Amino acid sequence: MPINRDYLGRVYQSPEPYEVTRGKIREFAEAIQDPNPVYRDVAAAKAAGHTDVVAPPTFPIIMGMAGVAQAALDPELRLDFSMVVHGDQSFRYSRPMRAGDVVETATRISAIKALGGNEMLTLESEISTVEGEHVVTAVIMLVVRGGAEQDVK
Amino acid sequence: MTATVRYADVEVGTELPERTFPVRRLDLVRYAGASGDFNPIHWNERVAKSVGLPNVIAHGMFTMAEAGRLVTDWAGDPGALVEYGVRFSAPVVVPDDDTGAEIAVSGVVSEKRDGNLVVVKITARSGGAKVLARSSAVVRLA
Repeated sequence: MPINRDYLGRVYQSPEPYEVTRGKIREFAEAIQDPNPVYRDVAAAKAAGHTDVVAPPTFPIIMGMAGVAQAALDPELRLDFSMVVHGDQSFRYSRPMRAGDVVETATRISAIKALGGNEMLTLESEISTVEGEHVVTAVIMLVVRGGAEQDVK
Repeated sequence: MTATVRYADVEVGTELPERTFPVRRLDLVRYAGASGDFNPIHWNERVAKSVGLPNVIAHGMFTMAEAGRLVTDWAGDPGALVEYGVRFSAPVVVPDDDTGAEIAVSGVVSEKRDGNLVVVKITARSGGAKVLARSSAVVRLA
């Protein structure tokens, strides 16, 4: 079954706020092996003009992927996650995410297309603090291999 | 939140010299834990091969993170990043040995915009394949 076109524009709101902590930022920075002190050391981050340690630019994928998971678990969307590969990824930043941020994510299905036998699903996760300040928008494009071939059946 | 590279010192064609980032199986396990992406194609050879991959492959987001280091280290501040986007054009195949794979990343300034913004075009290769395509970052310089 192809992806449900009626779901274009649907928004999935994060069920609860996500608290960005120094420990999680450090763990992520270590996993990507980035020794930059602004990810670990509050004094270094402050010296660089930040109010607390900041998160690496790809850290907000944690919230973006949570939004994808919400959509993928929606049976009416008909997304076959076993056939999914990550096609494109982009981020638009208002500012770096930082320790102490408490964020909420609204993930919108912004495009569903068929191309060359595959389907492409784009989800835009708008990540803002609970106070309403936009931090970053993560745009995830997933390729569903073979999805469109099922369209003609 | 200030970049250390000055807008005035950068021209279209300014190069960000190539850097090489290693990726071993252990790195993928650690990244899986930190990111929450436990898709078995990133750590389980049996599953990876069953879906037609040559072997375990790196998370695309791991490659994107390494490529981002080229830009944030060059700019001098991760807060200088305004936009960052990539296309995953080929997988980074990570063999089960002590050396793993390498991701080679380079960049070049392709455009200067108003407001001290520059566009950096990013190239990433691994195992002879171009693993990122149409990839760029918009950076606000000092």
